[in-house]
Amino acid sequence: MKSGIPIEISGLSKQFGHVTAVDDLSFTVEPGRVTGFLGPNGAGKTTTLRVLLGLVRATAGTATFGGTPYRDLPKPLETVGAALDANFHPGRTARNHLKVYATAAGLPSARVPAVLEQVGIAEFADRRVGGYSLGMRQRLSLAYTLLGDPGVLVLDEPINGLDPEGIKWIRGFLQRLAHEGRTVLVSSHLLSEVQQSVDDVVIISRGRLVRSGTLSSLELDAAPRTIADSPDRLRLAAALDQAGLEYTEGRNGFIVAEPDPGRVGHAAFVGGVELNALHRLRSGLEESFLSLVNGEASPLVDDDSRPVEVDGGEV
Amino acid sequence: MSVLRALGSEFEKVFTTRMWWLLALLLVGYVAFLAGGFGAFLGWAVENPDAAANAGNTQLPPGMQLAPLIYSFASSIGYVFPVLLGALAVTGEFRHRTLTPTFLAEPHRSVVLGAKFVSELLLGAGFGMIAFLTSVGTGAAALAAFGLDTELGEPDTWALIGRGVLAMALWATIGVGLGSLVPNQVAAIVIVLAFTQFIEPILRLAASLNDVTATIGQFLPGAASDALVGASFYSIASVGAAESLDWWQGGLVLLAIGVVATLIGGATTWRRDVT
Repeated sequence: MKSGIPIEISGLSKQFGHVTAVDDLSFTVEPGRVTGFLGPNGAGKTTTLRVLLGLVRATAGTATFGGTPYRDLPKPLETVGAALDANFHPGRTARNHLKVYATAAGLPSARVPAVLEQVGIAEFADRRVGGYSLGMRQRLSLAYTLLGDPGVLVLDEPINGLDPEGIKWIRGFLQRLAHEGRTVLVSSHLLSEVQQSVDDVVIISRGRLVRSGTLSSLELDAAPRTIADSPDRLRLAAALDQAGLEYTEGRNGFIVAEPDPGRVGHAAFVGGVELNALHRLRSGLEESFLSLVNGEASPLVDDDSRPVEVDGGEV
Repeated sequence: MSVLRALGSEFEKVFTTRMWWLLALLLVGYVAFLAGGFGAFLGWAVENPDAAANAGNTQLPPGMQLAPLIYSFASSIGYVFPVLLGALAVTGEFRHRTLTPTFLAEPHRSVVLGAKFVSELLLGAGFGMIAFLTSVGTGAAALAAFGLDTELGEPDTWALIGRGVLAMALWATIGVGLGSLVPNQVAAIVIVLAFTQFIEPILRLAASLNDVTATIGQFLPGAASDALVGASFYSIASVGAAESLDWWQGGLVLLAIGVVATLIGGATTWRRDVT
């Protein structure tokens, strides 16, 4: 097991001139879990990560790894692996790119072929990066993060540019890293992109926190409806009426205004109705995410506003 | 030691791309052409003084030592290459946005810039050796072909070569300073070429017309470099009295320019947010 360290963001603000990129942001990322850091483009995700990694100076607040700022980590690459953008010197090979930074961090050169193997680009290791596809660059970025075998991984939009096979690969990869006990923070502007691989979510919009918690907590209020269907729709309708549940009839059954499929199932059981479908309405998650980030975009100019807890039930 | 690791990393950065040997190749070609060509021309002029006089005003000052003049082409015209090498080592990080992985691996930015300064000092010395190998090789061959003294037996000649290698090393650090002051790669290259090829030669020529400006002109980096090396074709090209610093003063002027520029750059652009 790797000993992951929590990431702690506290009261963080960053202003570029008159533009407030991050505004009094606080959240914690726990080890052993994959945390999705979500928000629309321009929400302040990348700025937050760059402050966390000591590349951008904060205007106020702190961003630390278990209390230690990045620049004070005794062995930064062996503590934190970060991939922020897939930029490389085009004339350098992947192997040499990694070697340069392994040397700078004092890591054994045997780590270079090991991480190239780990991300699956070992066969292109001696090709100049200028000829790499976006997907290969993303993998090389990941290889860099793994050089020091760190307990914390910070990845900015790692899925961007990957083909379906690559996306499937990285999902399993992130889960594996978290199961090994590492802290994994993955940013994305699309919830659907990471929803299959994250355990927790931190959602920001316009530099402010709008939501943090487990993905399933988001799912609960994101999916206020349940789909239920029966071979005998008339009797199911009666049973739902009996239980006082509101519903509309859709192509695939009744859309019930009840987040918990268990209660719908119970209503059917009480009414003695056979069910052939009972599940949560999945599309609600993305809708809920959009309402969270867009809700914040509506005229909320009040500087003192606390992180807004938007009730997904209003969707 | 993080300082030694950073130094090793900077050397690897240079040697894992093609820029260093492209610049070295251009340096060899440029110096070989001028040192060999000028050596042959001067050799011919000495052999045939009458023909040379008829051909134009190419009479050499009496007692002029040809060999040091020709050998010093390595630094007097070749110095632009270590400057470019040093400037590219810094501006390339901005241009290719590699400051992010660099500062992640070594969060102490002054350590990185210090490693660039030291590594470029050593690489500049390497360029110096390549340049003098070329100018001595082609220049001595040309002189020998006309039966003139190559002066390779003289300790003074070898002292000149040693000072020339030192000058090339210091020029590379000036490149680091310039790159950290002007992180835009295209702008930095334009400044290097414009200053070294046009602005400074004109300034030196103009400064030599008047005693007061001549005193100031000797602190121009090119003049300081020639003072350090001890010979340059500028010394015959300039009009009027050629004021010159002592060799060690010239060296200190070059060193000061490199250090001060790097310190200012390190306190300004190098500390900026990496976005």
